[in-house]
Amino acid sequence: MDVLDIARWQFGITTVYHFLMVPLTIGLGLLVAIMHTMWVRTDKPEWLRMTRFWGRVFLINFVLGVATGLVQEFQFGLAWSEYSRFVGDVFGSLLALEALLAFFLESTFLGLWIFGWGRIPKKVHLAALWAAVIGSWVSAYFIIAANSWMQHPVGVVTDDETGRPLQVDFLAVLTNNTALAAYAHTLVGALMVAGSLLVGIGLWHLRKRKLAEASTTDPDHQVWRKSVRLGGWVSLVAFVLVAVTGDIQAKLMYHQQPLKMSSAEALCETEAPASFSIFAFGKFGSNECDDVHSITVPYLLSYLANGDFSSAVPGVNELQERYEEVYGATYPDDPSFGNKAGEAIDYTPLLAVTYWNFRLMIGMGGVAAAVAAYALWSTRRGRVPTSRIGVYGSLLAVGAPFVANASGWIFTEMGRQPFVVHPNPDVAVEDQVYFFTAQAVSPGISAAEVWTSLIGLTLVYGALAVVELWLIVRFVRRGVTSGDGHATPGFSPEPPDDDTGDGAPRRDRDDDVLQFAH
Amino acid sequence: MDLQTVWFAAVALLWIGFLLLEGFDFGVAALLPVLGRKPADRHLMLRSIGPLWDGNEVWLITAVGAVFAAFPGWYASWLPSLYLPFVLVLFGLIIRAVAFEWRHSHHTEQWDATWTRVIVAGSLIASLGIGAALGATTLGLPIDDAGNRVGGAFSGLSWPALLGAVAVLGFSLVHGALFLALKVDGDVRTRARQFAVRWTPVAAIPLLVWAGLTHLRYGTTVTAVLWLVAALSVMVAWARIRVGREGQAFAAWGAMLVAAAATIFGAAYPVVVPSTIDPAFDLTIAEASVSDYTLTVMTWAAAVGLPVVLGYQAWTYWVFRKRLTAEPVHEEPAAPAHA
Ligand code: HDD
Ligand code: HEM
Ligand code: HEM
Repeated sequence: MDVLDIARWQFGITTVYHFLMVPLTIGLGLLVAIMHTMWVRTDKPEWLRMTRFWGRVFLINFVLGVATGLVQEFQFGLAWSEYSRFVGDVFGSLLALEALLAFFLESTFLGLWIFGWGRIPKKVHLAALWAAVIGSWVSAYFIIAANSWMQHPVGVVTDDETGRPLQVDFLAVLTNNTALAAYAHTLVGALMVAGSLLVGIGLWHLRKRKLAEASTTDPDHQVWRKSVRLGGWVSLVAFVLVAVTGDIQAKLMYHQQPLKMSSAEALCETEAPASFSIFAFGKFGSNECDDVHSITVPYLLSYLANGDFSSAVPGVNELQERYEEVYGATYPDDPSFGNKAGEAIDYTPLLAVTYWNFRLMIGMGGVAAAVAAYALWSTRRGRVPTSRIGVYGSLLAVGAPFVANASGWIFTEMGRQPFVVHPNPDVAVEDQVYFFTAQAVSPGISAAEVWTSLIGLTLVYGALAVVELWLIVRFVRRGVTSGDGHATPGFSPEPPDDDTGDGAPRRDRDDDVLQFAH
Repeated sequence: MDLQTVWFAAVALLWIGFLLLEGFDFGVAALLPVLGRKPADRHLMLRSIGPLWDGNEVWLITAVGAVFAAFPGWYASWLPSLYLPFVLVLFGLIIRAVAFEWRHSHHTEQWDATWTRVIVAGSLIASLGIGAALGATTLGLPIDDAGNRVGGAFSGLSWPALLGAVAVLGFSLVHGALFLALKVDGDVRTRARQFAVRWTPVAAIPLLVWAGLTHLRYGTTVTAVLWLVAALSVMVAWARIRVGREGQAFAAWGAMLVAAAATIFGAAYPVVVPSTIDPAFDLTIAEASVSDYTLTVMTWAAAVGLPVVLGYQAWTYWVFRKRLTAEPVHEEPAAPAHA
């Protein structure tokens, strides 16, 4: 593999990994803030226990989000310096604004929340959590605006001297229709992740307690019950919203990146009306559209693309020709294109990747929604399900929205190839700003260097995943700890003998949300 | 002053903010095996930076973000030229961040010792690496006319990088010790003070040399004065810590960093990456910067955002201002029972 391929693998692996933490931070953060608010308002012990339990899960996850986010921030410079030079006038400022306006808020107030129990007034303490959550939602906005600008570059003109985009309208970048749609879609997708987690873990604990014939009147029962109900509703409603926002995105994409969507449908020839593919099978290893055969639903694709049941949707073959006419059939024979210089350009993204990731995203979302419906149904009016399949199935399905999110991104990003900045069809061709991925990689670095970082990062990330999962599973199995429900944190019915003689905290007191507060 | 100069100053300010803040948490963490003899000592030291390190680290993210935002040419030349060192810094920061969190998530002696070691290693790697990167970007990297590195993977790691590395580590160690002397009580405070008394003058040398060299190569009268202020501040810091005035010593040591960094960036201006191949290839703010339009947008955002950030960060420092002792739970009705 050459530097370009290694760098792409590295970006893909590290970003998908970062985006395992991100939706949980975004989604669970909001839910924990709601729990904390409920506790402050009602003073009910189960809300406090929920805040503490899910807050701890949130924090374990958050740190890994920070650690992996750091890598992202440096990656554009390290491996993609030509890209950074090209997009600098727009892209960097969004990253900087994200740090200034969101990351500071997130990390400062989260520190205050973790260490502030009992030290600052109750309402200020609650406000600190909300500030941190708002921080993470704002951060998502800026980074998605940055990403959407690569999908649909607005607010710029071409600099005659350098050929690079010059920003002329910052507001247009912030209100990019692609960004607004993607932001809404990503946030509700994140809520599905958090909802499913509450459902899966809550059901498992409820069943365990029922089999052990534990009391159904104590706060711990309420903790799990409320978690399941809250998570179930959040997941279900989020799924509806994900479908609505996804539909908006699809309509935008048919216009902005038609090849991405036709590839996602394995639609080779232009059809009017066009049918939606349910299942496709093709020749293994071929990226020729004509090697793919589908089972289809008539008319549906016309609706997805254009909102009616009759219009034409252009197929991959026609689009490939149109792109070749406008953007060239071969890469310029210029050293800045590396190995690709002078070669033919394939404007069709990898068909199997786009096609299957699109279905995986929707399908896994459907799985999570079905599980949420099952959870709400099986816990109606105080019931507790004991079905092994139902409960363990729900636990397993916690992974589904994670997969849906990852495949959504892989689809979005790989569907954009071979461009890293895709031309915006709304402006005249001669004014369009675009950049091929093949030009984007850092020219000075060697394959050995990128291999080193790719292998190193993969190993470190793998090791982190093992420890992280082990910690979370261990913590989650133990459940809420008795004593977590005292109405006033900091006021313990037990003697305050947390410390052994030398001042070290006692070793068995290990499982608290805020254990490290002292 | 044109906007490029304003943003050069803003970037310098962000790096100074980062070194001043994260400097002490790097230092405290690196001193764990030196000053923390008992588990309780180490626990106390970690508590002193617990609520602060993450907020401090965002200064790094913002500084790097601002380099990218204002001077993409600098970002695109600097990072790949030091590809492996930067990756190493990332490893250091990653393992350090997770170790802070994971250390309390399970409790055996072995677990505790392991993650403490990881925190120490991560902090050493990160401070050395960031120092190396800053040293290189102010004293020279082997870049060609287009701003790309000439030579192999390690060609960027010459003496400026090494000087920068020890300078930032030396600064952080004393900064951390002074912070501890100011922030905690008991044995750790005594040992931290002794450490600072012994090492203050020595630890400042690499930083003063680095600042002196940049001044000699590109400096003006202003940077000469700044350099003298830095040198004087070291003396003040040393004198004050010897008589046990921890707060004043900490402030003077911080002033030393500000003055030294101002010397370095002030002398380097308007060059952001000096080329060791040919001075004609030096990358300047004019070549590296974004358009005036983008700089204007960012100036507005920063003018509104930065004071707010400074305000609430200062407020959290104030909330956690209390001096910590090794017996926390009894006197602080603070955290919940199990906390
Ligand atoms: C939709 C949301 C989203 C997306 C697409 C990304 N991130 Fe992220 N990022 C977050 C949402 C987020 C977050 C929710 O704000 C995180 C996750 C956990 C956390 O600590 O904050 C975060 C953390 C985080 C951090 C650490 C912040 C801190 O210390 O508090 C950095 C530097 C980045 N990210 C940078 C990036 C870059 C350069 C990305 C582009 C490839 C990226 N993130 C994709
Ligand atoms: C919102 C912020 C994001 C930005 C600015 C961004 C930017 C980029 C860039 C510059 C590349 C490298 C060039 C290329 O190969 O096209 C890339 C590739 C990629 N990104 Fe993103 N990305 C973002 C989010 C994500 C997320 C969250 C994921 C997944 C969870 C993701 C998955 C990928 C994958 C899989 C690739 C490799 C694609 C390929 O090389 O074919 N991206 N992205
Ligand atoms: C139910 C029907 C759904 C539809 C019609 C849909 C549609 C889409 C479309 C068209 C895109 C590509 C947008 C682009 O290229 O810019 C996309 C991306 C994405 N999808 Fe979905 N989606 C659905 C469900 C889901 C679910 C259930 C999740 C996660 C729980 C999810 C998460 C994502 C993510 C994270 C992205 C990438 C970011 C973005 O561009 O918004 N989607 N989706």
